[in-house]
Amino acid sequence: MDNVFLLIDFGSTYTKVLAVDVEKEEILGRAQSASTVNDNMLKGLRNALKLITVHGKPIDEETLKKSVKLACSSAAGGLRLVAVGLVPELTLEAARRAALGAGAKVVGSYSYELNEDDLKKIEAAGCDIILLSGGTDGGNKEVILHNANMLANSTLNVPFVVAGNRVVSGEIKKILDSRDKYAEKTENVLPDLDKLNVEPARSCIREIFMKRIIQAKGLDKAQEFIGDILMPTPMATLKAAQLLADGYGHEPGIGELMVVEVGGATTNIHSIAEGCNPGRPVIQKGLPEPYAKRTVEGDLGIRYNAQTIVEMLGTEKVLNEIPRIIEKTNLDLREYTSFLNEHTSYVPENEQDFMVDLGLARSAVEVAVERHVGTIKEEWSPHGTVKIQYGKDLTDLKTLIGTGGIFAYNPQPQKVLEAALYTVNNPFSLKPQSPEFYIDHNYILYGIGLLSSMEPVAALKIAKKYLSKTVVSSNRNSFTP
Amino acid sequence: MAKEKGTLVTGTIGDDVHSLGIRLLEHAFKNIGFKVVPLGIQTPQEDFVKAAIETNADAILISSLSGHARMLCPGLREKCVEAGLKDIKLYVGGWLTTDDSNWEETHQQFIEMGFNRVYQSTTLPGQIIADLETDLGTMS
Repeated sequence: MDNVFLLIDFGSTYTKVLAVDVEKEEILGRAQSASTVNDNMLKGLRNALKLITVHGKPIDEETLKKSVKLACSSAAGGLRLVAVGLVPELTLEAARRAALGAGAKVVGSYSYELNEDDLKKIEAAGCDIILLSGGTDGGNKEVILHNANMLANSTLNVPFVVAGNRVVSGEIKKILDSRDKYAEKTENVLPDLDKLNVEPARSCIREIFMKRIIQAKGLDKAQEFIGDILMPTPMATLKAAQLLADGYGHEPGIGELMVVEVGGATTNIHSIAEGCNPGRPVIQKGLPEPYAKRTVEGDLGIRYNAQTIVEMLGTEKVLNEIPRIIEKTNLDLREYTSFLNEHTSYVPENEQDFMVDLGLARSAVEVAVERHVGTIKEEWSPHGTVKIQYGKDLTDLKTLIGTGGIFAYNPQPQKVLEAALYTVNNPFSLKPQSPEFYIDHNYILYGIGLLSSMEPVAALKIAKKYLSKTVVSSNRNSFTP
Repeated sequence: MAKEKGTLVTGTIGDDVHSLGIRLLEHAFKNIGFKVVPLGIQTPQEDFVKAAIETNADAILISSLSGHARMLCPGLREKCVEAGLKDIKLYVGGWLTTDDSNWEETHQQFIEMGFNRVYQSTTLPGQIIADLETDLGTMS
């Protein structure tokens, strides 16, 4: 059988495989098996491949051999990045946005001149890569030069991406090279004060991830079998979202959208949208927003961070988000979430478990979307009120997509998406008001992102075919727990 | 004309269209020997910064009468830092808020934003010129 693509995600918990036929634009099968991080990942992959069935039969050696294999990875801690910039709201923020769009986990952010304490923290952070920015093109160069010298003289042995003031990027590479640090220079993340330029840094980070970081993490044995691991998993999801929104060639996309991804440790929000509402005259403030934007909430996840959610929002709030009256009297939320923290691969077994998962996921999504979208505030002026907008206005967004474990196994996944909607209780947060809901029941989005690098049209058609639209209870405010 | 006392970038910021105050000031500055780069009305923050880089300016002076200055001015100092204008002086003056009853508080707010001098609408050009000469070290 030809035309078979195996789309592989090496996750920290599970190795997942999705088999698709690109000619028929069909999903043939999917399977997952526990990841074997300490054992070069191949064993986990082989186990998952044994479980996968194509037309009811296990996949045969011949198909396996001929199939094209594309993989992404978030195993071994994902892609841990430290961002260094000059002004926190300008080049540092631009660097963070580039990093998040490349699928990285930002484990440290530093502005202005680095000092000895900062260096110690960076050395202790256990990062895989450092993104060094600072100064617009032709702007400040002293600070990035100072920081490059500090980093060059550190004990750090990780690759550097230099994406700051163009005038000194050559000099900075030389400084790092001279102390045997691996450095790549690319375009400035903020070449001008009103121009964000994240794509060159994103592809540079991806390139280094593929060529160096995978080896450093010991995943290169898997690479011998499947070819390059193309990108970090979150980047695959962002690519899928962008393909689905924009279309490819003659195959139309479905327009601007938001993807809500709820995981065990984090909640990711991806928006593919300009984020301005032409019908609303506003004064736009802050750094320009990237069209394809990803935010990650490291404190919101329904297993590793189940307790954090309850601590942050309070038991009453989380209980209120549980959409059915269950025997709440028997439920000790703090005790249960502490159990979830200990058993991070726990799969719900009864109705109460499912309902608590919904409560946690709804709480996480509400906060994560609030942090992702922009805000509006009104100020008085002699001519009446003026509206000042920070960030993206997504109130008119037409499409909301849910992906992640809870959307695949929970019986009421649309309830999770409802938590992303605009509410009158929080009128200044520019969340989507009445979008249509799509659920990624088959957990295919990462695979669509991978496939888009080789077969974009087939990837798009498969996504449109397999994401299912669900019925919405139209108004979040009418929702009663 | 005497030797130039310094280069000043001037204009009104954001949505502000009130040009009279800054025009009077520009006239006074030129007469006394400053080089003036007038950006006119409704100038975005970025354009002040860009013009200052290109002309190697010593100061940016913003006049505002719309009452929006409190919303339009934050972030200008940070942009100057990124752009390498680390020694540039920032002056602002006019009707900075719709309610000028607590001038001390308003003044303090703009100082915290990174402005070097903050003026009420009643300030005369001579005062600003004297401050410029002090701050730029170009006293005659």
